[in-house]
Formats: sequence, structure tokens, C-alpha cells
Amino acid sequence: MATTLVRIIKFGFQNFSRNALLSATTVAILVLALLVFNGLLTFGVIANSAVGSLQEKIDVSVYFKTGVAEDKIFELERALEKLAEVKDVEYVSQEKALAVFKEQHDGDAVIVQALDELQSNPLLASLNIKAKDPNQYPTIAGYLEAANLSEIIEKITYAQNKVAIDRLASIVNTVRTAGVAVALFLALMAVMVTFNTIRLAIYANREELSVMRLVGASNRFINGPYIVTGVIYGIFAGIVGGLIAAPLIILASPHVTVFIPELSLSAYLAASVPQFLIYQFAFGIGLGAISAAVAVRRYLKI
Amino acid sequence: MIAFHNVTKKYGDTRVLEDINFKAAPGEFLTVVGRSGAGKSTIIKLLIGEEKPQRGRVVFGPYEVNKLKPSELPELRRKIGIVFQDFKLLPTKTAYENVAFALEVEGRSDEEIGELVPQMLDLVGLYDKQGCFPHELSGGMKQRVAIARAMVHHPSVIVADEPTGNLDHDNAHEIVNLLLKINELGTTVILATHNQDIIKRVGRRTIKIENGKITE
Repeated sequence: MATTLVRIIKFGFQNFSRNALLSATTVAILVLALLVFNGLLTFGVIANSAVGSLQEKIDVSVYFKTGVAEDKIFELERALEKLAEVKDVEYVSQEKALAVFKEQHDGDAVIVQALDELQSNPLLASLNIKAKDPNQYPTIAGYLEAANLSEIIEKITYAQNKVAIDRLASIVNTVRTAGVAVALFLALMAVMVTFNTIRLAIYANREELSVMRLVGASNRFINGPYIVTGVIYGIFAGIVGGLIAAPLIILASPHVTVFIPELSLSAYLAASVPQFLIYQFAFGIGLGAISAAVAVRRYLKI
Repeated sequence: MIAFHNVTKKYGDTRVLEDINFKAAPGEFLTVVGRSGAGKSTIIKLLIGEEKPQRGRVVFGPYEVNKLKPSELPELRRKIGIVFQDFKLLPTKTAYENVAFALEVEGRSDEEIGELVPQMLDLVGLYDKQGCFPHELSGGMKQRVAIARAMVHHPSVIVADEPTGNLDHDNAHEIVNLLLKINELGTTVILATHNQDIIKRVGRRTIKIENGKITE
């Protein structure tokens, strides 16, 4: 059994090395498909981080009408804190809002002058509410839109933020779907190229195959080397693909961090080396072996 | 041990063999005679399971060949040594490697192969040519390598389909003598040929096929 397996593997390597140029081309196509797959995974990590980061920043802000007593605001604050959906509530008084606004626009002379000319504080007191789960904001917004609160509440900003988040999530989903389509297309191309290469190898070895049948080689002995060749294509593609993808991810990491400070692709990659390797080889070997198996079934008549 | 019972074979609408009945006993040397296209090669293909008849039964020992599944055919083919007119040697392998190939596919160890192959090549008189490639051998030598490969499994029957077709007179007789020698050792031989000289030389039981039917 072991002897036969060694021979099958040996013949598989022979198929690979006898058609070196064809093998190199097949590996190159598999590498391309693998790189797109890696890109898709990386994009997924970035997108999840971006959306998560934004969702973390989102909150529902309730602005109160001018002149509303702080007692009523605190009363609402306590009621909100008791809601199961609410994680945190922060009260920003009119004075604090003005101070923050001045600090943010410190260099803007026009705004500073405008504020000085105003006799009163134009900003409103507010409660900034964070939910335990972003999906719970509609429930919180619904609570605030109750009729008895409308006499003290000037506006609720949830809807505007929701639009931005939903738009971002929609863009991410669209790009992700397009990425999946490209990856699938390339994977299909890679399968077809590998399939064709194995078909050509079968044709080139037709004399040897006919003798194998003649002398009573088992189906496993006849089919096995071609599956091995497909697996070898996948292994090489996994190695080359990994050697290209890893430096690219590391190079891209600082640029991504500019937009999403919480995310370091390099650190993520370092922490996910086993998974990265598994994905590389599983994808490459999977494509190679499946293509070979289909070609053998189609073109190798035992 | 070999029997064809009412075997009919068609390719499309063309009837190649019709109601063929014959037997070959163990240790027998049977000559199947007929001109090209008579159906001799088809009989061999049916015997090794490469084709299936539309009607009838093909029996080899305990096997009903026409009912074997594709996965069962390799075992059958290891019990039948086959020799063809065009030798079917692998050009990139030496004489030794061509014979060894038949044992490699069976899963024999390198040690066993190292023992058996030289014995077979010695039997066919080519012990000194183990390292030669087919293009370095004469037609007769190539056919002897093919016979060695057919014999290396120690099959109970050798089937030779026009083994002398590509050989000159002297080489042809050498091959026939070798087949007769193999038969004397107890192996059943079925020889398909249209060469009258060979038929006379062998002088054993013959069956004659004409237009897909046995006439003698």
C-alpha cells in the first residue's frame, strides 16, 4: 500500500515536471485567483473594522428646547439609563456644548467673532445615548419619540446618523459582493485552466495509460497521479500566493491605519498566521484537486 | 478455462462477431485464424473486458468477463498476459523498466521487482539488454520484451494479437518458438494471426473466423 502510494506520488511529480511550462502557467492562474481571494478576505477585515468603528461612534443625540429645566433632563436621563437597550447616557449642558464648540473652532476667527456678537448661547443641551447593540437604536429612538417628550425635545439626530451608517454598510456590501463575483470568476478560470492542463497531460500520456490498463493497473493507480499533480499545483500556488500576499498586506497596513486607527493589518496578519496559511493551501489545493478530479473523470476512461 | 458462449458484438449497425462459440482448455495452444477485419482482435478485446458483447457470455476461469465492473477489470488483466502487434513498449523506459512497470502498477516491492524482472528477461533471451531503450532494440527484441512484460505476472493465459505482424520471417519464427516454449511450461496461449506460415509452424488447434463467424 505504501509502495503504491509512493509510486502514485512519484508519477504525479513526473507529470508536473515533464510539462514544466504548462505547470508554471497553471500555477500562475491559481495564484491570481488566490490573490483575489486574499484581497477579498483582507477587504472583509477592513470593512468589518470600518463599519464597527463607525457604529461604535454612533449614538442617539437628544437636543432639548431652550429653557427646559435641568430636572426634567435629568429625569429623562435616569429613565433612559433604566432601559435594557441603553449602555451609557451622557448629559451635555448648554454651557459645556458651547465650550466644546469654541475649542473645536478655536482657529476660525469668523465663528469666534460670531459667537462673541451673540448675546445668548445658541447651542442646546443634549443627552448622548449609546446603545449596547447598534441594532437597538431604533427602539431607543422610538422611546424618545413618545408624545409626552415632544414638549421638551427639540430634535433627535439618530435618523441622520443611521442614513450614513446604512449607506456605508450598503457600499461595503456592494463592494464585497463585487469582490466575491470577481473571486468566483477567477476561481472558475483557474479551475478551467487546471482542468485543461490535466486533460493535456492525460493526452500526452495516453500511450503510458494504455499500457497501464493493459498490465492491470488499478483505477487508483491510473487516476492517482493526476490528482497528485493537481494538488501539487495547489501547493505551489499556496506558497507563491502567500509570499506575494503577506508583504502586500504589510505594505498596505500603515495606509489603512490612517483611516481606521483601531486596525493594524500587520498585527492582524501576525495574529492569524495559522488561519492565513490554512486559507492559502485549502483554497489552492481545493481548486487544484477538484479540477484534476473532474478532468480525470471526464477524460480518463478506465 | 476460456469460453465464448453465443457471443455477438456490434459496433453501431455493423455486426463484427455473430454467435461465436468456442473454448480453450488450460494449457492449450489455440490459434485464431482470419484475415484482417475478420474479428480476431475483437475476440481479444472481449476477453480482456475492453469491450462488452451485445449478446452472449465471455468466461475466463471463474470470471464472467462481460459482467465485471470496471473496478474489477484490473484484477482480470493481471491474470492475462497480452502481446500486441505494435509491441506497446514505453519509449522513455528501458527494457528492464518496461517489464518492471507491470509489477509496479501491481504494488510489488522494489526487491521483488529486482528479482523477477531479470528472470523474465532471461527467459526471453534478453538478460543482456536490460538497459536498452526500445529504439535500441530490433523488432524481434521489442516483441520479446513485450512477452516478458506479459509473463512477469505469471498469468495463466497469454493472448497474442498478431505478434509477428511487424516482424521479418526469422524474427517471426523466433517469437512463435518463444510462445511455444511458454506453452510447454503450462501457460495457455491464444494466438491470433492471418499468417499461414505461422499457422503451419504452430500446427495446433485452430478456429477460423470469417465475417464475424466461426467457419472452422
